[in-house]
Amino acid sequence: MNEIVIKTNNLTKKFGNFTAVDNITFEVDKGEIFGFLGANGAGKTTAMRMLCGLSHPTSGSGEVAGFDISKDQEKIKANIGYMSQKFSLYDDLTVGENMRLFGGIYGMKKSDIKTKTDRILNELGFSAEKNTLVRELPLGWKQKLAFSVSIFHSPKIVFLDEPTGGVDPITRRQFWEMIYEAVNDDITVFVTTHYMDEAEYCDRVSIMVDGRIEALDTPKELKRQTNSQNMDEVFQKFARTATRSAD
Amino acid sequence: MSAVSVENISKKYDKVTALQKISFEADAGEIFGIIGPDGAGKTTLFRILTTLLLADEGSASVDGKDVVKDYKEIRREIGYMPGRFSLYQDLTVEENLEFFATIFNTTIEENYHLIEDIYKQIEPFKKRRAGKLSGGMKQKLALCCALIHKPTVLFLDEPTTGVDPVSRKEFWDMLKKLKEQNISILVSTPYMDEASLCDRIAFIQNGRFLKIDTPSGIISQFGEKLWAVEGNDMYKLLLDLRNNGHVKSSFTFGDNIHITVDDSLTIEELKKYLTDTGHTNIEVHPIVPTIEDCFMQITENKENERNSN
Repeated sequence: MNEIVIKTNNLTKKFGNFTAVDNITFEVDKGEIFGFLGANGAGKTTAMRMLCGLSHPTSGSGEVAGFDISKDQEKIKANIGYMSQKFSLYDDLTVGENMRLFGGIYGMKKSDIKTKTDRILNELGFSAEKNTLVRELPLGWKQKLAFSVSIFHSPKIVFLDEPTGGVDPITRRQFWEMIYEAVNDDITVFVTTHYMDEAEYCDRVSIMVDGRIEALDTPKELKRQTNSQNMDEVFQKFARTATRSAD
Repeated sequence: MSAVSVENISKKYDKVTALQKISFEADAGEIFGIIGPDGAGKTTLFRILTTLLLADEGSASVDGKDVVKDYKEIRREIGYMPGRFSLYQDLTVEENLEFFATIFNTTIEENYHLIEDIYKQIEPFKKRRAGKLSGGMKQKLALCCALIHKPTVLFLDEPTTGVDPVSRKEFWDMLKKLKEQNISILVSTPYMDEASLCDRIAFIQNGRFLKIDTPSGIISQFGEKLWAVEGNDMYKLLLDLRNNGHVKSSFTFGDNIHITVDDSLTIEELKKYLTDTGHTNIEVHPIVPTIEDCFMQITENKENERNSN
């Protein structure tokens, strides 16, 4: 039987009388690439913040990496990785310093940090850049490095919030190959994206509309159900049913 | 007359070369797209053309006016929507629009027809402060403010970055309508699928223009055999395709993989190779390249040239 690493039950978040996340119930299996799609304002970020232990649910419940999202938020944070397009690494630290900082925050041993830093930089072909300030790296390099840092402490799950926005098409594909490799190492990947070709690379995909999960299945099955050629068509069909004016 | 004319523009920031000898013309009334990833130099080019930054070398004109000598006139005539939201966060929707109309010596009423379709969508929130709007509404308001003085040329710097696919489609529908009003549009985007919505496009990477043409012109110059390959285990399929000496490039494209191949390879031979390496449910068929295929082919060739020098 598959091990479940994310599980929610009627998870809800309200801000005043606005229901940002409305009774969402779903599960993610270990080792899955789970695509979390939705239009701007559909409630993705709010849901993700609850799963990462950064925001308390108004009602409903959930478990991430075996911990309760209402009670064990600190344990969740220690067991997940997180990366977003907007913030990932400290620009005014060097590549090596960023790795030492994040490794240290997650309580890794100094000697482990050192060995792993060298190994990862070698794999990325960035060994020569260990003492370079992150601000001086091209965006594509930065995003690849940020992903490596987000899984540096071997988390059970990594949350990726639009990791490839604005990245050139070749680097975007190399980034996805890194995701596949992480999955081979038994890391579960929870990812949001606005690139619908990337939705096809996920094992399963959910589509949020007005705070609710309106669709959840494999890309193949979603295309079959909606009689669509590709995920862009699937997305347009669901997202256009939105009624709320948040966006 | 050209809407925008650029000759040999270069710009450096300290050690970093942002633009290297860029030249192009955008015709009046066309949608000219500048397509490339973040950090390619798009914003620097826009800032030079909107007279907010001086180039180190070269010259440029907008609607026949020089970006250095005639900067005041240019500023009166163009509309500019920067990549970062730049309206007054603590003014309401209505106040922002009123403000921009006033500083351009016009009124909302005078050019209301230009913004009507877009403004109607945000009008229910006209008393809300701009800082409290959602991303999509901010973008619509910014477009209204850039249009309210009926600009001759509209500069849109990454108007759809971070915007979901539905809102992106709506935004491009708005641009098409503006084109019908005879406004020339220079627009930049990192989304390759938006390129086909422009009349002409320029590919930009590392501060250089790699190609300028119509989208169909660029596609017709692809010049290589391109096949789409499908199978059950996509990641293994990708790795095995790369191991075949006749496959020149292989990139994932949604649920299939696009490959360019030697002229000598046939579809039957490739299918046999993949079956022999353990793949099932293989499908291979020739396809017409997309703009993204073209961009990757051109940037990869540039990269190889650089490495061999």
